[in-house]
Amino acid sequence: MPGVLVFTEIKDGKLKKASREALSIGRQLAEAAGGDLVAFASDAAAAEEAGRYGAKKVYVAAIPAYTTEAYTAALTQVVNDVQPSVLLFAGTSNGRDLAPRVAARVNVGVASDVDRLEWLNGKLRARRPVYSGKAFATVEVTGTPAIATTRPNAFPAEEVGGGAAEVVNVSADAADRVKVVETKVPEAGELSVAEADIIVSGGRGLKEAANFSYIRDLAHAIGGAVGASRATVDAGWIDHQHQVGQTGRVVSPNLYIAAGVSGAIQHLAGMSSSKHIVAINKDPEAPIFRVADLGVVGDLFQILPVLTEEVKKAKAH
Amino acid sequence: MNSVVCISHVPDTESRIKVTGNKIDETGLKFIVSPYDEFALEEAIRLKEKSGGDVTVLTFGPDRAQQCLREALARGATKALHVKGEVSDADSLGIAKVLAAAIKSVPHDVVFLGKQGVGTDNGLVGPMVAELLGYPQVNVITHLEIGDGKLVAHREIEGAEEVLEALTPAIVTAQKGLNEPRYASLKGIMAAKKIVIDVKSLADLGLDEGDVFQQRVVVVAMEMPAEKSGGRKIDGSDPNAAAQEIIKYIKEEAKAL
Ligand SMILES: Cc1cc2nc3c(=O)[nH]c(=O)nc-3n(C[C@H](O)[C@H](O)[C@H](O)COP(=O)(O)OP(=O)(O)OC[C@H]3O[C@@H](n4cnc5c(N)ncnc54)[C@H](O)[C@@H]3O)c2cc1C
Ligand SMILES: Nc1ncnc2c1ncn2[C@@H]1O[C@H](COP(=O)(O)O)[C@@H](O)[C@H]1O
Repeated sequence: MPGVLVFTEIKDGKLKKASREALSIGRQLAEAAGGDLVAFASDAAAAEEAGRYGAKKVYVAAIPAYTTEAYTAALTQVVNDVQPSVLLFAGTSNGRDLAPRVAARVNVGVASDVDRLEWLNGKLRARRPVYSGKAFATVEVTGTPAIATTRPNAFPAEEVGGGAAEVVNVSADAADRVKVVETKVPEAGELSVAEADIIVSGGRGLKEAANFSYIRDLAHAIGGAVGASRATVDAGWIDHQHQVGQTGRVVSPNLYIAAGVSGAIQHLAGMSSSKHIVAINKDPEAPIFRVADLGVVGDLFQILPVLTEEVKKAKAH
Repeated sequence: MNSVVCISHVPDTESRIKVTGNKIDETGLKFIVSPYDEFALEEAIRLKEKSGGDVTVLTFGPDRAQQCLREALARGATKALHVKGEVSDADSLGIAKVLAAAIKSVPHDVVFLGKQGVGTDNGLVGPMVAELLGYPQVNVITHLEIGDGKLVAHREIEGAEEVLEALTPAIVTAQKGLNEPRYASLKGIMAAKKIVIDVKSLADLGLDEGDVFQQRVVVVAMEMPAEKSGGRKIDGSDPNAAAQEIIKYIKEEAKAL
């Protein structure tokens, strides 16, 4: 019985968090649709972990570096062999690059960046934020396979304790008209806002570039990523990678702490779906307070250092 | 070096969105060139200024979409192609089929799109067009150099940047950071008025309406998010007390400590 195929990615020998999330919702869909959960990966190292998330098989194409066309060819071959009802991609950079290319090759549509998925009356139904979260569209994906990309952090990753998935090797050709000649990691070891569970964001209230240290210190203490408003990115205080909002990253972490961010509509668009929001702003009328679960009217320069110390103390226990 | 830039005409990011039925209500909305498409357009204009050739701007949409072509011509595009159709009835693959057919009718070495149309927030059309044309794609690009038959592009990925080399013709989707888009000058606006926008129907491009509007992804409901039930607001004039409150919230509600 054809089931659900999930495109997974490995980083430092482990499945990416977003891939584990996609496997987890994939397993639920497979149960509802009737059929097995299977995975696609570029390394057999994924087999054990994928099994723990319920995958029965892992189709392995040994193409070390991701490039669009080589992966499209290998994955399409698996789609044709397995004939899944559903094909899921975690909404990582590579997932979002690959899903539409594969979809066009097999002539089906994609529901992208979805935050809910269900199998209903023999069809895949998805909810996706549109207009940067100002509205939600519920869509039905017709066609086989029904393809969706999942929004990171929207689906919980749950182990179900299965044994290692069976490895099925698929022939792969790494030839591609696009070559990765270099990968630059700007600030070594920094967490990316795209996948982080906790984000601490700073805005123009920081006054100058050097004061981003207030944000970095808290982010580091609590184990979160550093976010930023566009005003600070435009001012050159921090790299664009950190920008949250309509023209930056759209994020939904468990905890979002904003300090010195006014909460312009384009910023809210990128973070208002966060599960818990704390805002620190000295202006009681700042729009950020409209979405904050806990709003603190006060001076970030006084509050953040104390907060960072308290977090360190709490972590030490 | 000739290029094509695909431009979508979207509601201003400041807009208040209202829903009627399964669509957003367009009445009273101001439409703009989608922000990422501005980076795509700017890059194409710079390429033309450096090495000559034409910049053709292309949109698929209703009559109002011609405004975004006029704006692009005023900034420095040299030709414009409007494919007429009710774009809100087509899904991303339908749109990609229209754009691919239109692109084929125009000489080009490189095709630019935005990494994502603001509003529908799909991020699908670029790679789909690449597949339909059989071109390589470089996606979410923050830096670009185009040479003879090949290009070098910087692609933004999670917490890092990849340097890619690709053969042309290719599809490039623009990310913020690629350049600083210019405004239209008065001279540009006047010059743009003299350019005739080429208007084509789907039939002119040999497209089958049934295929374009097949809707492989069907919107069955559209709703507004639940109003946030206003959180708590506290006085932070005592930093110690404020920090304690925040810690309590992070521990007990967010369970992140
Ligand atoms: C097309 C378009 C796209 C955009 N996309 C984005 C986007 O993706 N992301 C984004 O963020 N913006 C985006 N913007 C910009 C947005 O409109 C705002 O200009 C921007 O978010 C403001 O940044 P800010 O909150 O840091 O600055 P400001 O609005 O200047 O706010 C600074 C805040 O800091 C507070 N403050 C000052 N001092 C202190 C202190 N000592 N302690 C505590 N609080 C203090 C002030 O009260 C104020 O509320 C976009 C705009 C457009 C037109
Ligand atoms: N109707 C359209 N006309 C022209 N270009 C479009 C249209 N829709 C999307 N595009 C292009 O495709 C990009 C990605 O759009 P999307 O996949 O909808 O997020 C946009 O930034 C545009 O460059």
